[in-house]
Amino acid sequence: MTDELAPYAQTMGITEERDETGQLILAMPFRSRVRGRPGFVHGGALSGLLEMAAYRSLMEALGPQDSARIKPVNVTVSFMRGAGEQTTYAKATIERLGKRVANIESVAWQDDPTKPVAVAQLNVMLNR
Amino acid sequence: MELSDLPEGIDPAQMIALASSIGHNKACGVSYHAHGADWCELMLPYQANLASDAATGILASGPIFTLMDMATSISIWLAKGKFQSQATLDMRIDYLRPARPGNTIYGRGECYHMTRTVAFVRGQAHDGDPDKPIAHVAGTFFFTDS
Repeated sequence: MTDELAPYAQTMGITEERDETGQLILAMPFRSRVRGRPGFVHGGALSGLLEMAAYRSLMEALGPQDSARIKPVNVTVSFMRGAGEQTTYAKATIERLGKRVANIESVAWQDDPTKPVAVAQLNVMLNR
Repeated sequence: MELSDLPEGIDPAQMIALASSIGHNKACGVSYHAHGADWCELMLPYQANLASDAATGILASGPIFTLMDMATSISIWLAKGKFQSQATLDMRIDYLRPARPGNTIYGRGECYHMTRTVAFVRGQAHDGDPDKPIAHVAGTFFFTDS
């Protein structure tokens, strides 16, 4: 595991923070490069943010000792609300961490974590 | 100018040129390749700064979603014969094999069914050999002003 964010995350201006419980949260400020249709964040940028939150949380759950390579199998993203011209946040829950497979759910929101703008379900293989 | 400002009739090359002049499509560098009556194929030239892992250079999902979202969106407008405001309801990507770092990715989207309110799309992406797709996608869009 590396501490540095992925090149894609850096390009999109994504940063990491923690909430009061210590949960990892990724923040993506609104700027031209994440814009989609007028006034809204692009679904592709939301998908990218959700994936980054999933991988960062998975790497954290695996810990620095685990050298497993993460191989994505699939990603399904549902879009619930338009994400406006402001910072979007994302966090992930590792639903199951097995020896070979991990199932992860990521959620993205803006003002209110209980009102998600998009949710992603990811299945990944862990190659050891 | 926005996509909704374009004159009647669908010109995918013009749509892509406009969409990719700003925002996330510009950051990802999506460009036009080909189209038919209900499908559209776009290109995503490789950019190391869009990788999910600096060590392997493998692309993140964001740019692939962006490519396939645009290709499938345009396939709907082609099938419909006109532009209509729409929003992505969901999209799933299955990763069949990793894209080779450095290769341009081609994404082809197709609208295979449409109702008054929803369009159903599917697509494939490859990195040079159409017989060896790197990803399959399936998604739905809803028409926001229907």
